[in-house]
Amino acid sequence: MDSAVSVHNLVKIFGSGKNTFRAVDNISFEVGKGEIFAFLGPNGAGKSTTIKMLTTLLVPSGGEIRINGFDPTSQQDKVRSSFGIVFQDPSLDEELTAYENMEFHGVLYKVPKKIRKQRINELLKVVELEDRRNSLVKTFSGGMRRRLEIARGLLHHPSIFFLDEPTVGLDPQTRNQMWQYVLKLNKEEKITVFMTTHYMEEAEKVAERIAIIDHGKIIASGTATELKKKTKASSLEDAFLNLTGKAIREEEMSGVEHMRMRRQMFGGRR
Amino acid sequence: MNTIYILWLRQLKRYIRSRSRMIGSLGQPILFLVALGFGFGPIYARAGGGNYMQFLAPGIIAQGVLFTAIFSGIELIWDRQFGFLKETLVAPVPRLHIMLGRTLGGATIASLQGLIVFVLTLVIGFRPVSILGVLQAVVIIFLMALLFTSVGTAIASTLSDFQGFQLIMNFLVMPLFFLSGSLFPLTSAPGFLKVVSTIDPLSYGVDGVRGALTGSVHFGLGLDYLVLFVLISIVLITGSYLFSKIQI
Repeated sequence: MDSAVSVHNLVKIFGSGKNTFRAVDNISFEVGKGEIFAFLGPNGAGKSTTIKMLTTLLVPSGGEIRINGFDPTSQQDKVRSSFGIVFQDPSLDEELTAYENMEFHGVLYKVPKKIRKQRINELLKVVELEDRRNSLVKTFSGGMRRRLEIARGLLHHPSIFFLDEPTVGLDPQTRNQMWQYVLKLNKEEKITVFMTTHYMEEAEKVAERIAIIDHGKIIASGTATELKKKTKASSLEDAFLNLTGKAIREEEMSGVEHMRMRRQMFGGRR
Repeated sequence: MNTIYILWLRQLKRYIRSRSRMIGSLGQPILFLVALGFGFGPIYARAGGGNYMQFLAPGIIAQGVLFTAIFSGIELIWDRQFGFLKETLVAPVPRLHIMLGRTLGGATIASLQGLIVFVLTLVIGFRPVSILGVLQAVVIIFLMALLFTSVGTAIASTLSDFQGFQLIMNFLVMPLFFLSGSLFPLTSAPGFLKVVSTIDPLSYGVDGVRGALTGSVHFGLGLDYLVLFVLISIVLITGSYLFSKIQI
């Protein structure tokens, strides 16, 4: 099979002894090459954990993953070269300029110097940050940072692009522009897109296929139309709510979020 | 090679750009030099110890190196908290290179900080015995910086937030400094203190720097180098193992 991502019986268990938590519970799915695939689910459903396992950041407790045919647990570098990622949380170095962040990425991914320079310039133009290339990232707005992260994720010409809630906190203009660019890439460069989002209309508009995960299990998958038909809902949002229930999920605050809150409260910088 | 270089460069750029941090971290050494150096100087001389500033300066240089080095290593927690670590961990490069680049960058910064303190001590009245000694001190300062940056990185690899940071400051960094013979001569220290100081790795760095700059040693330069080299190897190996095990 020509799959960009293929997952079989994937399991991730956190904790040990009596306090175990199955964050991802025996899921299987395939994403075809060149497809736009949306992975949806309430908070704490297991989306990010799955992405972390797909992108070599977490080791699975069980099951099998293939990214472009490679195994993230044993062929890490081959897997890592084949995808680009925009993380859910910011991942830029604020003390570096936009150009330096790109340059850093290019060096890590062994993009030859000449091509690196050329591509960085091209990409910065595309995300409209050309005139801010030498500004420190800490002076950037949320939208600008996201755009820079997208440009960075594409610098090494990945064949799979992971977007983990890429549009959180962006205004509709930036969101629209971002998706247009991603769609264009998908069409022209045949990049496979694996995305998660909380905006259902976004998933409906962009994704060719959708999987819904809840409590670590995939509870439905198909096109938006199929999901709506299956749940007799008029919109994907209703379909989603019918499938996952209306109770609000409590996500335990991690250390990272605590820190961020404290940082915001004191308006501190690093 | 390129990976190590770009990570080293990043650490340096961050250091040069955060001037407030650079200046802020000089406050402590200045305070020590002025309060202890000038405050205890007369008593030390009366007790027959000679010029206290000559004795103290190398210890304070070592203190500057120690604090900056540990902090540079611990900075890894910031990168983890603010996401940048993920960017490096999903890149197709060996984690060992990432860890080495970071550590060398941190060690370079800590060495620079040590040299700045050295210049300060010159202003205050410290006089090294020879140029050759100064060059040798630079080497020992770098080894010390390397050791403690690796210690910081190794510790930070096992922590996911800053909750343990205060603990590290109070139960690791402060004892390392105060018990190292930076402030008092080990030769005349009571037995138990001498024992504790002998197991404090910083003692060998202080002794080395003091030996190189003033010619007076306690352990001897040969032993200082040996201890520093052995510890650096042990901590670097442990650190890269811990770093390679980081999951986010």
